[in-house]
Amino acid sequence: MTNTWQDIKNADVVVVMGGNAAEAHPCGFKWVIEAKIENGAKLVVIDPRFTRTASVADYYAPIRPGTDIAFLLGVIRYLLEKDKIQHDYVRAYTNASLIVKDGFGFEDGLFSGYSEETHSYDKSSWDYELDDQAFAKIDDTWQHPRCVMNLLRQHVARYTPEMVSRICGTPQDKYLHICEMFASTSAPDKAMTSLFALGWTQHSIGSQNIRTMAMVQLLLGNIGVAGGGMNALRGHSNIQGLTDIGLLSNLMPGYLTLPSDKETNFEDYMTTRLFKPVRPNQMSYWQNYKKFFVSFQKSIYGDAATPENNWAYDWLPKLDIPLYDVIKAFEMMNKGEMNGYICQGFNPVQAFPDRGKIRRGLSKLKFLVTMDPLDTETSRFWEDFGPQNPADSANIQTEVFQLPTTCFAEENGSLVNSTRWLQWHWKAAEPPGEAKSDIWIMASIYHRMREMYRKEGGAFPDPILNLTWNYTDPTDPDPEELAKDMNGRARTEIKDASGAVTLKAGQLLDGFAQLRDDGTTESGCWIFSGCYTEKGNQMARRDTSDPREQGIAPNWAWAWPANRRILYNRASADVEGKPWNPKKPLIEWNGNKWVGIDVPDYGPTIKPSDGVGPFIMNAEGLGRLFARDQMVEGPFPEHYEPFESPVPNVLHPKVRSNPAARVFPDDLAAFGLAPEFPYVATTYRLTEHFHFWTKHALINAILQPEEFIEIGEVLAQQKGITQGSWVRVASKRGHVVCKAYVTKRIKPLTVDGKPTHVIGVPIHWGFTGQARKGYGANTLTPSVGDANTQTPEFKAFLVNIESTSAPVA
Amino acid sequence: MNLSRRGFVKLTGATLAASSLEALGFGFAGEALAASVRPFKLTRATETRNTCTYCSVACGILIYSMGDRAKNARSNIIHIEGDPDHPVNRGTLCPKGSALLDVVHAPTRLTAPKYRAPGSSEFKQVSWEFALDRIAKLMKEDRDKNFVAKNAAGTTVNRWLTTGMLAASASSSETAYLTWKVVRSFGMLVFDNQARV
Repeated sequence: MTNTWQDIKNADVVVVMGGNAAEAHPCGFKWVIEAKIENGAKLVVIDPRFTRTASVADYYAPIRPGTDIAFLLGVIRYLLEKDKIQHDYVRAYTNASLIVKDGFGFEDGLFSGYSEETHSYDKSSWDYELDDQAFAKIDDTWQHPRCVMNLLRQHVARYTPEMVSRICGTPQDKYLHICEMFASTSAPDKAMTSLFALGWTQHSIGSQNIRTMAMVQLLLGNIGVAGGGMNALRGHSNIQGLTDIGLLSNLMPGYLTLPSDKETNFEDYMTTRLFKPVRPNQMSYWQNYKKFFVSFQKSIYGDAATPENNWAYDWLPKLDIPLYDVIKAFEMMNKGEMNGYICQGFNPVQAFPDRGKIRRGLSKLKFLVTMDPLDTETSRFWEDFGPQNPADSANIQTEVFQLPTTCFAEENGSLVNSTRWLQWHWKAAEPPGEAKSDIWIMASIYHRMREMYRKEGGAFPDPILNLTWNYTDPTDPDPEELAKDMNGRARTEIKDASGAVTLKAGQLLDGFAQLRDDGTTESGCWIFSGCYTEKGNQMARRDTSDPREQGIAPNWAWAWPANRRILYNRASADVEGKPWNPKKPLIEWNGNKWVGIDVPDYGPTIKPSDGVGPFIMNAEGLGRLFARDQMVEGPFPEHYEPFESPVPNVLHPKVRSNPAARVFPDDLAAFGLAPEFPYVATTYRLTEHFHFWTKHALINAILQPEEFIEIGEVLAQQKGITQGSWVRVASKRGHVVCKAYVTKRIKPLTVDGKPTHVIGVPIHWGFTGQARKGYGANTLTPSVGDANTQTPEFKAFLVNIESTSAPVA
Repeated sequence: MNLSRRGFVKLTGATLAASSLEALGFGFAGEALAASVRPFKLTRATETRNTCTYCSVACGILIYSMGDRAKNARSNIIHIEGDPDHPVNRGTLCPKGSALLDVVHAPTRLTAPKYRAPGSSEFKQVSWEFALDRIAKLMKEDRDKNFVAKNAAGTTVNRWLTTGMLAASASSSETAYLTWKVVRSFGMLVFDNQARV
């Protein structure tokens, strides 16, 4: 989230599209109600289902799953045509005026540079035209035919209201009404907030769904302001933290990235990451990459990381492909390319697409280790549970270790919430039986490995033997010590230019501005620097005061980066530094410095006249309507159909789905076609359950005890399915047998002139826990991911449904 | 009057019991009844501040446990509720958060390491020593056999692709950081978390 949960109350319009906050994030959704009651905000919900969020909306419109980009590019067309954009903001804070290279183009669904063979783009034409100082050329009169604004206008011209309705199935009048509501926030003192979740990410074009709304928000001047922003409502309690600390295939802590095979030495690695500004005077904050990188290497390798060994650069594993994500991992397992797998608090048998493939993959492993407080399906994939998990145990050679762990109530530590707050929590009791913390388990595995490498040697032991481990109890490091590691400290005495000591050796840092690239500082996660300082554990702060009650609460816990609560807040003020909305200012220029209720996302003394853009992480200092080479499938979003779709792509039939998506041949063969699987299915959560955990909790198992699907009345009648009767729902990959809930909440949509039915598949049931046994929604879902992030396409796929008799008990 | 929350609960618990009975017209009998009312159980519980383990709203919660954290007393969690001081949830919890106690004490909480041998149709309880020794041995064997120090072009790549890990997105950041250190020191690249689902 760019903004805070409480800040939602400052919105004039709240749009929930790609999520269902009332049911999935109920206590955060309260702030939407607060906005409605206290601020007169209008809530707009766009969703295939009439959800509980929709039930309290001021305006609801249905949409076919997987067509959000068409809808939103239509919105952009409307805003440009009706001139409902915040002109001063767009001109000064976005790249609308920058000129794109001659040679960039878009034709028949493909951008320039596409290779049919590799399903990828040569992105060299997706960039600015540069002047002789290597700065992007600019035309802020927007006359140049290749300025971003004109290219965007041209790109969205095809998304007429007729076309939007034809693709999305949203009635034109409803769509246009929503365009008008969005447009009302182009006034400088009005704001719209976008709340979204997996309804946008779980698509083969997921990242571009979000990007399209971000563009809408930039055009309306709604980024960086109170009541605005792009607010990803994240799903797990520390999913933000795990992303921040880089527990993803290609990441290092603080969004540093692992090297690739192409970066054969440290210098090459650095050149591609020290982003040089592409407009004059810009901060381009990633220019500091080396400080963050060296300080990180010093944190984990200490004295063993030296200038001579390039700060142990070679000890980092290098990637030969962009990602070894989970879909790739299970593809490798199925091909016999993996031997071991460790699942720490993660249950892929329930969570990842094409369950049959997941089970087959695990069956080919030599060993599987699960670490979990609960008895997960993954740890028992080899055991026969009947039709919900048929297994021939004798033929599965995988050794399985089920390790019991502590849960949240049995440990100290911090979690990063959706709005980037690091909140400390305390242990309330000992874990049951012999359960142990994940920290103890990871330390135990590490120590055994290190001992064996010490004694016996083996493959490249250097990083294992030199890993810093200066913990008071090496077998069970204290979370506070680990938090201090991430915050960082001075390794030697540090002096300023005048010779005065600024940091004593060993002193905890106040923030990342103190990091250096010469090995004199260390920090395990630069964006967390400031969370545990000499003043103590900032994450444990509990001051509820909130200036002007504007929803900042600056001294409650601690937010990354630098305790900043609203990202890009420089954009809340105009070019001169005066707030666009004088009633709800975040920061403003007082003649000498930036002041206000939030920490400036900007140099605190940079004068407005210096022309430094508010988007300081970008090399141009501007918000990007044109993404340059940052996205794999194009610098502008484009509507591509889901990989399983009931209709052709009416814009460009030859390029139906995301042309840059990675699809493995066996997964391609397992995609179904509309004649056999005519109905669109989408998966979701119920408010009574959290993924596959709460079926272990008695009360939740009672509230929603058994697997079901939701089906609209029209289709139910056609198929002879009655309320509560048994159905068999099948995709090309498998089937589930469960009860049908016939609902008024899902209505047929008219897509390209034909009726289209949507079937809803809640995800919560498996074969362990206290609820009744279920097959799991992922029995049906296709194994294909978003082309940028490889988030699986759970939100739009094809199934068939038929009435069936009750299973024999 | 400067009252801690627990003091406030104690005070209101006692006076409420007495005054509401009088209001109902029990008169003197009320006093006797009030004296026999069981004291509010949370008044003698230990309160611990924590965060809900489910979604990323990160509601503040108060965990109440019996036992005073003395060395010889084992704490038992008896109640969990929303933290009224928390600026986001302000004391409220959703249908999942309200039932946290049931997941802490779920009958399917694991209590001992278990091992399933190749081809077996059941788990066997084992010691931590056995499980960890065997895991480390399997990992080292696999790493030594399949570690890639250099690629075909002769570039140092130092990666290990045949063993992978999925990390927990409800674990603390401190756990995550330690996990990162350990996993990457081995050279592991098949490494991911729930951010994608």
